[in-house]
Amino acid sequence: MSDILFLFQQTMFFFIPLLIVALGGLFSERSGIINIALEGMMIIGAFAGIFFIHFFQQSMDPQICLLVALLIAGLSGTLFALFHAIASINMKADQTISGTALNMFAPAFCIFVARLVQQTQQVEFSNTFRITKVPVLGDIPFIGEFLFQNTYITNFLGILILVLSWLILYKTRFGLRLRSCGELPQAADSAGINVYKIRYAGTLISGFLAGMGGLIFIVPTSTNFNADVAGYGFLALAVLIFGQWKPWHIAGAAFFFGFMKTIASAGLPFLASLSIPNYFYKITPYVATLIVLAFTSKNSAAPRAEGEPFDKGKR
Amino acid sequence: MENVIEMRHITKVFPGIIANDDVTIELRKGEIHALLGENGAGKSTLMSVLFGLYQPEKGEILKNGHVVQINNPNDANNLGIGMVHQHFKLVHNFTVLENIVLGAEDTKHGFLYMKNARKKVEEISQRYNLKVDCDALISDITVGMQQRVEIIKMLYRDNEVLIFDEPTAVLTPQEIEELMQIMRDLAKEGKSILFITHKLNEIKEVADRCTVLRKGKYIGTIDVATTTKEEMSEMMVGRKINLTTEKTESHPTDDILVVKNLSVSKKGHKNPVNNISFSVRKGEIVCIAGIDGNGQTELVQAITGLMPILNGTILLNGKDITHASIRQRNVSGISHIPEDRHKHGLILDYPLSYNLVLQRYFEPQFSQHGFLKFEEIEKYSEKLIEQYDIRSGQGSKTIARSMSGGNQQKAIIAREIDKNPDCLIAVQPTRGLDVGAIEYIHKQIIRERDEGKAVLLVSLELDEVMNLSDRILVIYEGEIVGEFNPKEITVQELGLYMAGSKRGDTNEKAV
Ligand SMILES: Nc1ncnc2c1ncn2[C@@H]1O[C@H](COP(=O)(O)OP(=O)(O)OP(=O)(O)O)[C@@H](O)[C@H]1O
Ligand SMILES: [Mg+2]
Repeated sequence: MSDILFLFQQTMFFFIPLLIVALGGLFSERSGIINIALEGMMIIGAFAGIFFIHFFQQSMDPQICLLVALLIAGLSGTLFALFHAIASINMKADQTISGTALNMFAPAFCIFVARLVQQTQQVEFSNTFRITKVPVLGDIPFIGEFLFQNTYITNFLGILILVLSWLILYKTRFGLRLRSCGELPQAADSAGINVYKIRYAGTLISGFLAGMGGLIFIVPTSTNFNADVAGYGFLALAVLIFGQWKPWHIAGAAFFFGFMKTIASAGLPFLASLSIPNYFYKITPYVATLIVLAFTSKNSAAPRAEGEPFDKGKR
Repeated sequence: MENVIEMRHITKVFPGIIANDDVTIELRKGEIHALLGENGAGKSTLMSVLFGLYQPEKGEILKNGHVVQINNPNDANNLGIGMVHQHFKLVHNFTVLENIVLGAEDTKHGFLYMKNARKKVEEISQRYNLKVDCDALISDITVGMQQRVEIIKMLYRDNEVLIFDEPTAVLTPQEIEELMQIMRDLAKEGKSILFITHKLNEIKEVADRCTVLRKGKYIGTIDVATTTKEEMSEMMVGRKINLTTEKTESHPTDDILVVKNLSVSKKGHKNPVNNISFSVRKGEIVCIAGIDGNGQTELVQAITGLMPILNGTILLNGKDITHASIRQRNVSGISHIPEDRHKHGLILDYPLSYNLVLQRYFEPQFSQHGFLKFEEIEKYSEKLIEQYDIRSGQGSKTIARSMSGGNQQKAIIAREIDKNPDCLIAVQPTRGLDVGAIEYIHKQIIRERDEGKAVLLVSLELDEVMNLSDRILVIYEGEIVGEFNPKEITVQELGLYMAGSKRGDTNEKAV
């Protein structure tokens, strides 16, 4: 029992950031803009957020501090995504190249700024954000133990974002328009929709979520930030594809990858006696990614106009 | 009578071509106004200007006598102008209803609210007899249905000026009949309609007036009732056109293409092609006639290798090609003019010259040691452009996507015929072509036959079937239900077989 509880809580640490970042990718790609820069956006977001925590942690209530840091992470991700939007929407640049450029820029920028401000490139912080037990809810037998003890506020935020994303994409006017821009922007255009605006919105939302996701990934798993999110942005892309560009599928995919990642870092407690070399556990998430993508990318549901700059005159 | 729309002295220039050169057109309230012109004459461009997709370099547009500025489709919508495009603009994975409301959605408490929309769509379907299933996905419905969705989209926005860009090119004769009726009803309700078509019969049937364009220039506006079809086509092309095709008796010899007991399966449906056998001989044109969706598409795709078969054999010149790759089929003498020119005919973002050598670029004529010989490709493409009169802005360098629909079709036909095949398979080869081009293509097909090629023609148009074929096979629900000599059967009788209400025992003879 406690093994399962342990695995579950570990999984949450990986699942929630993957989920949020992949949902970020979803908004951008559903509007027709490929977002390979999720990794870079995560790095920028995590950096800004951790920096804030580093300086203000002592003087604030931890939960408030985390919430403000999340907001800052999101906003800096948004600002960073603005570059991607300008390049791919206004200047009709190749979206993969623009994304790659941002990915290369992000860590370099973070190291540069960190050194400028504090000599070392690692930004230290102490993790004071864990909630030992949510009042009342934490006392519910079983469920309380799983969901409301030893948890982070970000876990609930992740679930909230999942539900909101689904509502926005499928139940609102904005969502309908966003999806139409990713499939056939000419249809949206002739229905009087401003494709450029919608694509801007999609890309910026993507930056906000990815930035926030970066911080959410760092906070529970580390005590310093070293301009790196361990390839999570790319893993989130894989989650997005495996999740067939649909919110609930993405949630499933993110959980699957999160679990794989947990196995990689913690091993399976039940199998401890078999003494399987550590490396096998370490490669599982990547092997799983390869296998899963090889089997699922065939019936790909990628938005049809993804990656194509919108051209009004195109017929 | 008052003019709802006046377009005055419109000029629109694209790189290398003046698509509209000082064109003036007037649309009266409640009339059906046809727009006639050769492929590439600038009809779609003119209508796109009216709909706000393009900005003209010169000229002005008046709505009800007032000058208006139409910068984008939104402005057009607000002025009550709607358009059904030559290539539909529907989102494939949205439902019918979602496509209709897109851009004009109702919301309640911030969420989409579809109830009123559904009611309004149902009212429109009732009133104009436009039946649709609101909850079906676009990718699951027929082309005819998709067009209805486009029409309802306009009516849903209470548009009063309706533009139809070649709406009939993709429809079956039955669907065309229905559309004509719908257009008449709409005009009676006071809507004004601009109608682009290449079919003079349709203009005769529904239009009140007709404006003719030639190479971007305005030629004139005529009263349809008092003008003959011959006069109209002469105005449009600038020369006399022979509207009936002349051909000599055929003298078929050896079998070229033999199809034996061919079946094709489809998940969740009965076999779209069921145990079909026939042959096409050297020097004859065999036509598969039938109503759309009776297995023609699958039959052709099975023969050309685009679709796997369930069982049966296909022989070309006595050689078994049942399991040959598409490339092998191509080089061993099959040419294919596909039904869907965008999907199987062209690479839309490649220049015209590359498209013209798509199945031949690897031949020594066009490449050496794995490198393309660009000059040769260019020279060859210039030759075809000249010979087949393919019109475009920048010749060989034109990106296929920017070409007019009819000229895209001509490019495919040029490529396939010039390959010098043993067997030419042509599906709806003249879809979307002007009468001049049709005349030319028909001549080419007959010449191919006379040079000893086997021609398999699939057409939904009975006129074309009767005019061109030496032998007619009627297909119904995936089976050949009769074989006829076009001289010995009437269109009416053929129609009965196509509709499945009559069935011949000639199936065996067809082998
Ligand atoms: N977006 C574009 N860019 C470049 N050239 C274009 C564009 N749109 C149209 N043209 C050119 O303008 C000319 C007129 O094209 P248009 O589509 O208006 O012809 P059309 O009369 O509708 O012909 P069809 O009957 O074949 O549809 C063509 O030569 C075409 O190549
Ligand atoms: Mg056109």
